[in-house]
Amino acid sequence: MVKNNAEIETERKVHEPLFQIVKRDAMPWYKAWLVRAAAIILALAIGSVVIIMLTGYNPIQVYSAMFNGAFGSTRKIWITFQDLAMLLCISLAVTPAFKMRFWNIGAEGQTLIGGLTAAACMIYLGDKLPLYLTIPIMTVSCIISGMIWAVIPAFFKAKFNTNETLFTLMMNYVAMQLVSFCIVFWENPKDSNSVGVINRHTHGGWLPEIADQKYLLNIIIVAVIMISMYIYLKYSKQGYEISVVGESENTARYIGINVKKVIVRTMAISGALCGIAGLMIVAGTDHTITSDSVGGMGFTAIMVSWLAKFNPIVMALTSFLIVFLEVGAGAIVTDPKLGLNESVADILTGIILFFIIGSEFFVTYKINKRHNSSKEEA
Amino acid sequence: MSQNAAIELRNITKTFGSVVANKNISLTVNRGEILSILGENGSGKTTLMNMISGIYFPDEGQIFIDGKEVVIRSPKDAFEHKIGMIHQHFKLVDVFTASENIILGLEDEKRFDLKAAEKKVREISEKYGFSLDPTKKVYEMSVSEKQTVEIVRVLYREADILILDEPTAVLTPQEAKRLFEILRRMRDDGKAIIIITHKLHEVLSLSDRVSVLRKGEYIGTVKTSETDEKSLTEMMVGKKIELNIERAEPCNPQERLLVSGVSCVNREGVTLLNNVSFTARSGEILGIAGIAGSGQRELLEAIAGLQKLYGGDIVYNDPKTGKKENLRDKTPLQIREMGVRLSFVPEDRLGMGLVGNMDIVDNMMLRSYRRGKTFLLERKAPKNLAEEIIKQLEVVTPGVSTPVRRLSGGNVQKVLVGREISSSPTVLMAAYPVRGLDINSSYIIYNLLNEQKKRGTAVIFVGEDLDVLIELCDRILVLCAGQVSGIVDARKVTKEEIGLMMTKIKTGGENKNGKE
Repeated sequence: MVKNNAEIETERKVHEPLFQIVKRDAMPWYKAWLVRAAAIILALAIGSVVIIMLTGYNPIQVYSAMFNGAFGSTRKIWITFQDLAMLLCISLAVTPAFKMRFWNIGAEGQTLIGGLTAAACMIYLGDKLPLYLTIPIMTVSCIISGMIWAVIPAFFKAKFNTNETLFTLMMNYVAMQLVSFCIVFWENPKDSNSVGVINRHTHGGWLPEIADQKYLLNIIIVAVIMISMYIYLKYSKQGYEISVVGESENTARYIGINVKKVIVRTMAISGALCGIAGLMIVAGTDHTITSDSVGGMGFTAIMVSWLAKFNPIVMALTSFLIVFLEVGAGAIVTDPKLGLNESVADILTGIILFFIIGSEFFVTYKINKRHNSSKEEA
Repeated sequence: MSQNAAIELRNITKTFGSVVANKNISLTVNRGEILSILGENGSGKTTLMNMISGIYFPDEGQIFIDGKEVVIRSPKDAFEHKIGMIHQHFKLVDVFTASENIILGLEDEKRFDLKAAEKKVREISEKYGFSLDPTKKVYEMSVSEKQTVEIVRVLYREADILILDEPTAVLTPQEAKRLFEILRRMRDDGKAIIIITHKLHEVLSLSDRVSVLRKGEYIGTVKTSETDEKSLTEMMVGKKIELNIERAEPCNPQERLLVSGVSCVNREGVTLLNNVSFTARSGEILGIAGIAGSGQRELLEAIAGLQKLYGGDIVYNDPKTGKKENLRDKTPLQIREMGVRLSFVPEDRLGMGLVGNMDIVDNMMLRSYRRGKTFLLERKAPKNLAEEIIKQLEVVTPGVSTPVRRLSGGNVQKVLVGREISSSPTVLMAAYPVRGLDINSSYIIYNLLNEQKKRGTAVIFVGEDLDVLIELCDRILVLCAGQVSGIVDARKVTKEEIGLMMTKIKTGGENKNGKE
């Protein structure tokens, strides 16, 4: 059978697309959460298949190891909540900036500088001044140093319209190098290339323990910050200005908001909160400093903040999710009964995150199968 | 199917989410015919044409060209079927010449031959009566010349089904007339021409048949010779409508805003406004006419404190205190704090006047959120205002906490105008306040402006439809390339006179001032 070209041409062309992607009207909140829950279940199911295929272990065993890693003992629960508090604090810090559409990827550096300031205060003041003097001085200095680190790029953005993404990123490296530099000064013991636990015996400048719980103070502070941030963004005039500037700079100008001032002010808040996070990490938990003290939380925080759509309360959930995955992944690796390596843990974390972030697509869009259009002639 | 049908649409349906943009539309265009597609904004005209030109793909239905079913999945497919669309917003490369733009993207060319292309462009121009210099760069062209390039580009590709999306929106009456002559010549040459418009008089003077769409549905097709403006409007709107705008005599006009010698320069040093002077009086509507981009936006923004002035003064006469205040170099906030009740409905509603993602209450607050001494926002008063505006202006919305971007164009505008009027302004500036609105909403806005005029507000109205300007305004200021080419009495002037003023560039050294 020989078809002429024209015929083949038409056949090819009457091939219609099968699916189309359509934006939804607003989905009711309970349905949206249902979609997200389904995504997690699906992720766990796919994860099980992968576990069986790669390792041959019972997936339930692996998942329960993850769960035990996070909640296995009172101590583990405290650590999980401490990690959650730190990540949440930094996430809350970056939120006003991102809500203003200021791409602050320098939270890592801002937090680190706060931590460095805390370490300096502990080293130079910790044993000389009483605790009731050291702590306020330390807190204020940490806030100011974090602020400075954040305001520098904000100022240049406001004044010269520099690219804040690059600027804040570069500031991270400056902060890291600064820490490395200071470590050389503060080396203890000599030639260890580390600071060691500062004031190990005197506990000078250490944040106090509440009810004999090492982490409780941090958790309370972050909870207070979370609620304040929620009120600030939703009910305060400044929070309203941040939303307007973020949504449309033209509108902000039109109603007479001083956009430059808002940018600098918001970043100052962002930096100050990072400074507090640094304080809590160094003076509250680690009692030492390395250039890796923040451990990438400054970047993870961005994901946490966006996943929560900048809602501080929801952020507690999203940071819990991330922390749970991280701690759980760590638990799989260290579980002697399993003996799996990090790659499996990373694969599982990847699958779960992929599904959760991917579920947002189905919350916003739906996929329609095309109506079967008239094919009577075909 | 008639013998000479160039293109036939059968039961075309297209939905976006839950919005039905086109529902079961069938129509035919013959060769040697001009078909107008008439409908209000949002009636689905452009969506329908975008499906013919391959930008969208229909959900249901078929398209036939010369009696054969085709599937058009991309603009390239459309070109293969000799369909050419001239968009409302030109898609040209500014630094290229006319002919470079015309041959841009042609792939089957064996060799890049600009000379031959220029020759062909000249031939096409001659055949249909365009005046187009193929070697002229696009950035040196006027709007009408750019449109010519778009049309010739389509003809160069030997399109014989031409779709023009609101081609006269950017043209002066004279230019529009010339375009119509060319379109008629193309029709006589056997081409099928579809023009999308909502201007009735154009439909009547140009087309052979009119198809009317309303809210995505096909209403019917009539022969132009057998219809008139009134019955077309009825088809378009679905009910009888009074097309007259009332115009009261200004009562007790006082000089409210004296603008003198205002000049603006943009970052690149290009003059946007050149020595603009006029007076806005209370109880009067001052219209501002001009081709798009002649400095209308900059002028209003300069008054509102959003443009830095290069020179000149803006003096406001306070009706209460009798004080004269110079608004030059003041920010919008300072102007407000001086007690100047200046309201401004900007052209870009969702990008400037409102925040699309915020709800109606929060948008009401934009002007007033600073009120109150505490750190926290006061949402009660704005909520009451929102409810009042929804009630008085009949805003269709699920509630006060609906994000404004979810509202239709007309309702968005009601929210914006309502807010701006709520502060009982002494000066009200509105830039293209009815753009994109259906006829009903447009008349609501005209009435609101008229009410303000009667209240003694000095109203400044930037419009694009000259017929409306002449009917609504008391005086009309005509801008041309950032200069005032005249201020005329709207009761005496004709459309053609304004059209001439819109393109008349003043001669003399003035124009070069401020150009570095």
